[in-house]
Formats: sequence, C-alpha cells, structure tokens
Amino acid sequence: MTTPRPPVQKPVSHARTALILGGVAFGMLGASFAAVPLYDLFCRVTGFGGTPMIGTAATGTILDRTMSVRFDANVAPGLGWKFEPESPEISLRVGETKTVFYKITNRTDRPSTGIASYNITPEKGAAFFVKIQCFCFTEHTLQPGESLEAPVVFYIDPEIAANREMDGLKAITLSYTYFASKAGQPLAQSGAAPAKGDAAKSNL
Amino acid sequence: MATAAPHAHAHGHHEEHANPTGWRRWLMSTNHKDIGTLYLIFSIMAGLVGGFLSIMMRIELQEPGLQIFANGQSYNVFVTGHGLIMIFFMVMPAVIGGFGNWFVPLMIGAPDMAFPRMNNISFWLTVAAFVLLIMSMFMEGAPGARGVGTGWTIYPPFASSGHPGPSVDFGIFALHLAGAASILGAINFITTILNMRAPGMTLHKMPLFAWGVLVTAFLLLLALPVLAGAITMLLTDRNFGTTFYDPAGGGDPILYQHLFWFFGHPEVYIMILPAFGIVSHIISTFSRKPIFGYLGMAYAMVAIGVVGFIVWAHHMYTAGLSLNTQRYFVFATMVIAVPTGIKIFSWIATMWGGSIRFTAPMIWAIGFIFLFTVGGVTGVVLANAGVDRSLHATYYVVAHFHYVLSLGAVFGIFAGFYYWFPKMSGYVIPDWIGQLHFWVAFIGANLLFFPQHFLGLAGMPRHYVDYPDAFAGWHFWSSIGSYIFAAGLLIFFYGLWVAFTKKELAGDNPWGEGATTLEWTLSSPPPFHQFETLPRITGSDH
Repeated sequence: MTTPRPPVQKPVSHARTALILGGVAFGMLGASFAAVPLYDLFCRVTGFGGTPMIGTAATGTILDRTMSVRFDANVAPGLGWKFEPESPEISLRVGETKTVFYKITNRTDRPSTGIASYNITPEKGAAFFVKIQCFCFTEHTLQPGESLEAPVVFYIDPEIAANREMDGLKAITLSYTYFASKAGQPLAQSGAAPAKGDAAKSNL
Repeated sequence: MATAAPHAHAHGHHEEHANPTGWRRWLMSTNHKDIGTLYLIFSIMAGLVGGFLSIMMRIELQEPGLQIFANGQSYNVFVTGHGLIMIFFMVMPAVIGGFGNWFVPLMIGAPDMAFPRMNNISFWLTVAAFVLLIMSMFMEGAPGARGVGTGWTIYPPFASSGHPGPSVDFGIFALHLAGAASILGAINFITTILNMRAPGMTLHKMPLFAWGVLVTAFLLLLALPVLAGAITMLLTDRNFGTTFYDPAGGGDPILYQHLFWFFGHPEVYIMILPAFGIVSHIISTFSRKPIFGYLGMAYAMVAIGVVGFIVWAHHMYTAGLSLNTQRYFVFATMVIAVPTGIKIFSWIATMWGGSIRFTAPMIWAIGFIFLFTVGGVTGVVLANAGVDRSLHATYYVVAHFHYVLSLGAVFGIFAGFYYWFPKMSGYVIPDWIGQLHFWVAFIGANLLFFPQHFLGLAGMPRHYVDYPDAFAGWHFWSSIGSYIFAAGLLIFFYGLWVAFTKKELAGDNPWGEGATTLEWTLSSPPPFHQFETLPRITGSDH
C-alpha cells in the first residue's frame, strides 16, 4: 500500500480496487441475510432470547432443588382458538422429567391450522429448560369444534446448579402463542427431526 | 517499479478537458468540486426541511397538551422525518459528499476523484432518495394517518403490521437509494485515497481529514449493506409474506434490532469522523502548529471505526440480553472513550503553547470540542447497562446524541464551512458574522439540549407528543433554545449574502502560515481542473 506506484491515471488498478470494494459490499449484504439462519442457530444453541433447548432423552440426575414452572397460553388475533394449560403452575425437582397437557379447541365454524411459538421467561433460564417433546414442534389442523389434548414433555437441566447467575431463579415461565399458520411457511417440518425443523421460536 | 517510470508531465491520454457550462455543468457534472458544491447546497436545503420539522416539534412541546399536531402518530411522523433527513440528507451529504468531494482530492494532490461519473450518480441518487422520503410523509402509513411514525430505527412490528399503508415502503426505498449512493461514494473515496495520492504523499503523511474520510468510507462500505439487507427483509415481510421478523412464521423482531444497530452504531461514527478531521485542520491552522500526535490522531480514528462495529447491542440493553452479554457491551462501549480521549487531548495539546487566533472557524472548532466532550461524557453514562435501564428511550438519550451529532457534527460542519468557504468561493464571509453565528448557535443549542438531560433524568420518554405539567418548565426553555438556534441560521445566510454581494476576494490562503495543506497552495476558488502537474510532497508536514 505504501510502495511507490505510478502517480496517477491507472484505470486498471482503479477498477481492481473498486471491484474488491464492491465485493466487500456485496459480501456484507450477503452476511446480513446469512444472519437469519445463523441467528436462529445461535438462539437454539445458546438459549439466547428465551429459546428453550430441545433434548432427545430424559436426564439421569435429579437434584434436590425444586423450582416452579408456570404455563402461559395465548392465541394471536384471527385464529379463534381456545388454548389453555391443564394447570397454571407446577413444582418439580431439577432434572425431573414432567409432562403437562394443554387443551386446544377450535371455536370457529371452519377448519383452521395453527402453530405455536414459544419462549421462556426469564430469558436467561432458557438455556436450562429442555423440551423432549412438544405439540409446538408441528402444526395442527382442527375441525370446527374439535379439541386436542397436547403434551409438552420437559425437564430442567441439572447444569443449572453450576451457574451462579441462576442461583436466584425460582420459577420459569413457559409461554406459548398460537398463530394461524401462514400458507407455505415451513414453520416446523413434521416430527422427524424436531431440533432441526423447529424454527418456531419467539422472542417477543 | 518498472512501470513507475517518468510521469511528471506525461499524462497517458491528454485529451482536451471539457469545461461544460450552463445546466450541463451541474446536472451532468463529473467535476469533484462542482459535485461537492451540489452536495453542500443539497445539504443546506435538506437541513432546512429537517430543521423545519424539528421546530414544529419544539412548538408542539413548548407547552403541555396538543398544540399543532392532531395526535401522537403525526407528531412521530415529524420525528422520523427529522431524524432520517438530518442523518442521511444533511450531515452525511455535508461532511462526506460536500467537504469530502471538495477537499479529499485537493488535500492528497489528485486531479479529481477516481470515478468522476460514479460520483455524479451518487449525488443524484441521494436527491432521488430525498424525494422518496418526502413522498413517504404524504402516503398512507398507520391506519388513518399519513407518513412513517416509527422513528428512524423503523423497528418491526410497528413498521410492518403497524403501518399497513405504503409510506414505510417509500421510506425503505429512500434508504435503499441513499445507501446505494453512499456505498458508491465510499468505493470512490477509498479508490481515490488508496490509488491517487500525489508522489510522496504516503498514508502516514496524509492530512487528517482525508484519514477521517477514508475510515468513514470503510465504515459505510461495511455497515450500509447490512442496513440494506435488514430493510429488504422488512420490505418482503411487509409485502411478500415472508416472516423474517414475524414470530407467527418463526421469525424474530429482535433480529431486526441486531441488524439495524450493527449498521446504526457505525453510522454515528460515519457522521462524526470527517468532522474530527475538519476540526483537526482548523485547530492546527489557527494555533499555527502542526497537529499534536498526528499518527495517534489517525489511528485513533481507525480504532474508533473498528471498535464501533462491536458495540451495537448497547442500544438494546432492555431487549433481554443476558448479564454477561450486557457486561461485554458495557466494557466494549467504554473502550471507545479511550481513542476518543486521545483525540480530545491531542486537540488541546495542539492548542497548548500555540499562537492562537480566535477566528470564526476556530471558535466553531473549539465549540465542537467542548460540546462533543459533553456528549461523550453522557455517552459513557449511558454505556452502563444498569443506568441505561432507567434512561433508555428518555430525553437523556435524546440530549446525548444531539450533543454529539446536532452539536458535534453540525458544529464541525459549520467550522469547516467557515474555514473552507473562502477557498471554495473565493470570497470572504466577514469574520464577525461567523462569530456572531457561533455565539447565537452555541447559546441556542445548549439551551435547547442541556435541559433535556434533566427531562430524561426525570423520566420524560422520547417520541411523545404530550407530557405531564411537571415537565413543562424545561420543555419551554428547550423550545426557546431551538428558536434561538434557528435565528442563528439567519445570520449564516446573511453571511453568505454578504460574501456573494460584496465579493471581497479571499486570496489563495486567507488563513496565513498555519494553513499548510495542499488546498491552500491553489487559487481561490481552485481552477476547474487542478494538479495537471502533480505536486511532489517532500517535507514531513501533514
């Protein structure tokens, strides 16, 4: 950069510089779009923004520490479903696997398809909240008046005891919002690989 | 080296240089000085529009209750227009397009910019963008209202589902065009500075204004495409059913905030770095000393530019970051105070023991240092996540960023204008006019923004058209301050009128021995095509 060069009017070298710089600009544009899947991945790996973890099997260790988990259920405007947990709050030991059912009813007079987004409050707790199975991994179509008992199976990761920032954490709220599924949106690819297909996280 | 053979007077293609006249000279201009002039005129026009919007806001806020706005939404349309216009169409065209085009080629001893025609495209794209933004204020936005009322950040979901009308689309297109213009301009500046410096002008001898523009151009090149991507996703969310930011489809509105502020934080340095360069030259000229710590000054700007990319989430402390993330962003943000401090102290050290002349540009530059320091100090306060929890989106933040931008960048622009006006036009603005303008603007701006610290500490939130009576006192004085600042602009225009009617000639170098950069070796105004024979830089001055 500081080596001597012909002083002026070297169109070739101008074009090359401009080409490189243009490439940088397009690279940044690409990076901004790449941020979408990367951010999604980042949230799922770290629990950032209240994204709960997804596990495949129950944990072996169960600690003495007990925590409460509260369940929140919302329906976005326009869907017309009724959606509520079987109990608003349960208490469980850290590491213990629990199953809680939600009841979903289509109260409209037409079939409709919905998918639930979910997140954890406080958000820092999300990295330790592990779902093994959840109705929210897939979308559901309900006929008029049809009801569904939908389970969520989860545990709280015993690793939580090793994190000082979590010492004061006594309760975790798991919140769901049911949205009308947007046509053509692969919100959740059906069942097979929940962790991969699960894009339906919400950090609202 | 083989190709570095004799070149002193052997221009490869010595075609006749055109001297276009009339409308062709301006509309189809490829001359960096003409384009710089166009940018400066455009910036003044846009500044008047943006200033009009802000005066309307201050009239509204002068008393509690609704004065001139029908509701908060239409007030926020003015807030949004004011912010976007002042950033994209006033400050950036002035410091980068205006002074950058005018003086970067002159200072580095180049005949023109590397891509003169691209330079022309950049300018007219900016004008088109401004037209689109003005149009957006008259389009349907939120239900039953016109214009974009989202604030300059355009956060979804308010900018998507909250504004079903096309106004936000027009705003997005305006930013697309302005962004494209700035990226092209950045490529032009970097190519010019890297490839077209006069013989002997190494990067480490390059004037600090050129350094400031170089760093700024890199920030533009890296940050603006991210804004373009973010608002393109917003556009498709609004119109084509994608759900990048919509949780109903698996998206996340917080992603927009990350992308926006990855652009938005470097953007504030984009606005201030060229002003740093301008102020350095003025302080050096009127202290009759070379700038203290030249290399430190140059690399402080580089450091500010680099660190500016890794602090973005300090705008998002309340968006739910983990404590460790907040700790990192607090620390990284405070680190920026170090290179900024280097600059402040180097300016003071330049003045120290110097033979100081308090001309109009000098007092504007000293005013810049003072006001920018005040804004920097409140910035360090706001960098604390815990403090920000209380002050987020209050008038304390408004006061902070107006101290660094409205008072920092704008005072830098006026300093540069009074400093370089004799060079650009060949005429003299009487010094007392610049000084009177300074004192009116200084008193007005401080009266305008200092009380906003108190309002913010007391809990007055941003983006509100009305407020409880308890805030009325300071709001009243703040409004009075804005009228005083606006009155200062009349003095500014009077100065221009005097300069162009009395036509008192400035001479090549009206500022005397302290003005050592290359532009002062040319006539005032410089010839249409300068440096037909390239200057050779031999000494060590910069």
